Amino acid sequence: MEQNKKLVLIADDDSDYLFQMRMYIQGFGFDVITANSQKEAEYIIESTKPDLAIFDLMMEKDDSGFILCFKMKKKYPDVPIILATAVASETGFSFGLNTQDDKQWIKADLYLEKGIRKDQLHKEINKLLKI
Amino acid sequence: MNSLVVLVVDDEPGIRSGVSRILNNFTVSFPFMDADMGFNVIEVGTGEDAIEEIKNKHIDIVLLDNKLPGIQGTDVLEFINKNKPEIIVMMITSYASLELAVKATSQGAYDFIPKPFTPQELKSSLENVSKHLFLRGVTKKLKQEGKEIRYQFLSVLSHELKSPLNAIEGYLRIMQEKQAGSRIEDYEQMIDRSLQRVKGMRNLIMDLLDLTKIKFEKKTEKFQMLKLKEIAQYAIEAINPYAIQKDIHFSLREDDEVTINADPGDIEIIFNNLISNAVKYNKEGGVVDIELKNEKEKISIQIKDSGIGLNKDEITQLFNEFYRVKNEQTRHISGSGLGLPIVKRVVDLYHGDIHIESEPGIGSTFTVVLPK
Repeated sequence: MEQNKKLVLIADDDSDYLFQMRMYIQGFGFDVITANSQKEAEYIIESTKPDLAIFDLMMEKDDSGFILCFKMKKKYPDVPIILATAVASETGFSFGLNTQDDKQWIKADLYLEKGIRKDQLHKEINKLLKI
Repeated sequence: MNSLVVLVVDDEPGIRSGVSRILNNFTVSFPFMDADMGFNVIEVGTGEDAIEEIKNKHIDIVLLDNKLPGIQGTDVLEFINKNKPEIIVMMITSYASLELAVKATSQGAYDFIPKPFTPQELKSSLENVSKHLFLRGVTKKLKQEGKEIRYQFLSVLSHELKSPLNAIEGYLRIMQEKQAGSRIEDYEQMIDRSLQRVKGMRNLIMDLLDLTKIKFEKKTEKFQMLKLKEIAQYAIEAINPYAIQKDIHFSLREDDEVTINADPGDIEIIFNNLISNAVKYNKEGGVVDIELKNEKEKISIQIKDSGIGLNKDEITQLFNEFYRVKNEQTRHISGSGLGLPIVKRVVDLYHGDIHIESEPGIGSTFTVVLPK
């Protein structure tokens, strides 16, 4: 195993999404560790520091992703986080990281709607990892 | 009778007591209001005292003189705009300073009453304000009850529909790009999973249709005498293939023949949902006990499982649309999160009652009581 392979933590309660993300991100050349719940992700970050994290918003709780962002930034302030969700902006229930206000309470570096294209995801991850 | 609190701010005691006298015996009523509205008057002589009152008490309306001994009326107005914008401010002003009054309304005062005013002028002004406040309250309430729920429903619904779509789309892309190999066999598991997600989506859509149907009145023309045992048996048959896989056994008991005059579709919804939940959330080799009873003016349906059970927090949320108990044991159980809200809606339609007793790890008992 390459020593300098970056580790990506993915937390999502949708096993299909998790499977596909693992496949994509391993394909980009990263190591992947997955969690299928907020609880499991919390357990993992106790002992493991990933290089990047991708959290789903709604898991056991509607705001699981927000909580994970907070806990993650508290423990590892330098690890970039992508918050991913399938909540549609069409319904008006949308938020972004566009205003200072949002940035203050959403502790993620990037907010993505699920269904993003693979190459775009790759680009965003590289940007956050400064590759 | 509801009361609005009016704060009178004027340095002339005569004006203050006059306002109190007029308003204390005055009530407002509109055809669209359930109850008449009265007024409680608080009197103060300075702007400083006014601000103290506004800080510490609930005030609906402020009658504000501009010319005050200390700080001016416009200063009080500014304080209200900044801190309690929901308060309605009426400027009391002499004819000589009408210009000032107009300026005050542009700064956020609701209206002004020229001084000296007759009791009738004061009353009709207050009547307008009350109507405004009442309508504002109604709008706020509507927003909280109806619109907010609809809004939340739609956002969660879109989430529930988009997740399987994303999953299926993802698998199709992987196949399109032949990422897992060149043979169809390499994708067997992905195809299985896609079909599972399609099935989940179909169930969700069926449940949504059920839900929209029940929103309407119950249709008494469809009413007929139903034997509950028969409906329960149909529901058991429908879920039986799945129950056999999980080695779950049913028992069905009734004291006498239990019947109800109802729409068969509605009663089927109750049995289908509760019995399929009792199987889905059961343990391997578990049991489902169904008991039907006649009670004086009512019938009761009790469905008891030996499943994973629910904690108190989960019970309180169980009837919320799209709520699903998420834990290690439920991870592989598919569901729309609409089954129990649908049951609740049917039960409400019949003015019945549903309650739950449950113990985590032991099982749950759902009891539905319907008037005969």
